[in-house]
Amino acid sequence: MTVGSGMTPIKKQTGWRLYAQTIIGRAYPRVIGTQREKSWLFFDVFLPVLAVAAYVYVYRAMRAPEEYVGFVVVGGAMTAFWLNVLWSMSSQLYWEKEQGNLALYIMAPNSMMAILLGMALGGMFATTLRAFAVIVVGSLAFQVQYAIAGWLELLAVFVLALTALYGMGMMLASLFLLLGREAWHLSNLAQEPIFLLSGFYFPIKSFNFWIALGASIIPLTLGLDAMRQLVFPSGATLGFLSVPIEIAILIVLCVVFLIAARVLLAYMERLAIREGRLTESRR
Amino acid sequence: MVNLKSEILNLKSLRSFRMATWLGWQIESNWTDPFLFAVYSIVKPLASALILVVMYGVITSGDFNAPLFSFIFIGNAFYQYVGAVMTGVSWSVIDDREHYRTLKYIYTAPVDYMAYLIGRGIARVLTGSFSVFITISAGVLFLQVPVQLGAIDAPLFLAALAIGIVMLAMMGLVLAGIILLIAHHAGYLGDATAGALYLFSGAIFPLDVLPEFLRPIGYLMPITYWLELLRRSLVGSVAQAFPTLAPFSNAQLLAILIGLTLLFGALSFFAFRWCDRRARERGLIDMVTNH
Repeated sequence: MTVGSGMTPIKKQTGWRLYAQTIIGRAYPRVIGTQREKSWLFFDVFLPVLAVAAYVYVYRAMRAPEEYVGFVVVGGAMTAFWLNVLWSMSSQLYWEKEQGNLALYIMAPNSMMAILLGMALGGMFATTLRAFAVIVVGSLAFQVQYAIAGWLELLAVFVLALTALYGMGMMLASLFLLLGREAWHLSNLAQEPIFLLSGFYFPIKSFNFWIALGASIIPLTLGLDAMRQLVFPSGATLGFLSVPIEIAILIVLCVVFLIAARVLLAYMERLAIREGRLTESRR
Repeated sequence: MVNLKSEILNLKSLRSFRMATWLGWQIESNWTDPFLFAVYSIVKPLASALILVVMYGVITSGDFNAPLFSFIFIGNAFYQYVGAVMTGVSWSVIDDREHYRTLKYIYTAPVDYMAYLIGRGIARVLTGSFSVFITISAGVLFLQVPVQLGAIDAPLFLAALAIGIVMLAMMGLVLAGIILLIAHHAGYLGDATAGALYLFSGAIFPLDVLPEFLRPIGYLMPITYWLELLRRSLVGSVAQAFPTLAPFSNAQLLAILIGLTLLFGALSFFAFRWCDRRARERGLIDMVTNH
């Protein structure tokens, strides 16, 4: 199919090829954006490092053991994933609605699930770069010592935690489809309470068992706990559950959130179309 | 004639300020029902404070009577004003320009824009005060933060609080001016500044914990003295247990705070005027970036 004389022909795709092309197409701006817009290096690394530094100095004021500094650096880096899921996954469809893109997504002959997957993969890639940069800068600035107990387990925990987290983000995105301007406030509300409950700056074991177990519904809670156990010498003593159990729970969370995202998205899309909320703009 | 002009200008500023405060309050509060708004206003600040409480509890095995805990807790509670007021002033440029797309109409209306911006920031003082009150009350009721009503130095507290809010609004004005000129990362500017000040102003740890080469930044920031005065007015002896600002009397700290507020205020005024003129010259007032 050609779109006009003198223009490059666009091959029409269907089935799984269209699905894959949609994922690549939606991930593309997030991946390429990190190359074209270098200023993120300042804002997305500098800001988390400031927060990390503040919490590091709080621990130093309390004369805490040095491994807590490492806990803060790793936790501070992982905040980037939660913020990405909140602002660029969950509330993304709200932004798209505000800018008029959502109706185009629905009209186009592609799967909304593929769009969400593309957003997730692109966001995961870009955020991993940011988190890695924060860990490097934080570790160098505060001389954090690591002792990796198992590279394979660490990789598995990281991949599973991110898969479950972005699955959760995809699920929340479908819920946010129905929201208007309250989406911004609800995303804002879900920052500090999650930083608290997921133990971004302290071991989750510090909480009562049932609170920690409840907080484990957020994949980063167990992901962070397992990573700390695997990268710090004293991590295992401060761990909430053993690493194999945490990996098993993360696998369950991956399956549950991805299925829930698919089911909810289909339901919410139908509901949003029926209630005429896809193009509304309640400023 | 000159007097009449001045009076009209003052009336315009006052009216702009008053209406912007009312508008800011509506934007902040009417996005949901009062119950959810109350939950939002309580949960967020309490969670932020609880992160520090848990960190402190883990390390000290729950020794909440130590002066360091009160230092951290009160500093963190009042620091909420920094984010609220400073970011409130600067964020309203983004809100009006990008979100509501009304900035050009505000500029063409008989509005004193500087007074309008400060009014929008002051609206956040109302929501911020609620959060601070809830946080401090929770600290007193459940965590042994030694704030006793009878022992509060009320005149010092009110004077420091009022000067601090003016200072924060003026600092927000500089950010608002910069945001008028930039397209990218405008949304991050307030957070970046608030984050940097959180680190350098000794909000949650005494300044002498910072490396020596970073401490002068803290000494130059009015927020450092503002938080110290608030701590002293609420729990005098506890705050004075730390060596950083201990040699200064309350009057000296107040004088420093006033001096720095005037200095930052004047700089902010001229910086905003300059940014505003540049934005008009470059046709940036009605810029929509979708960034």
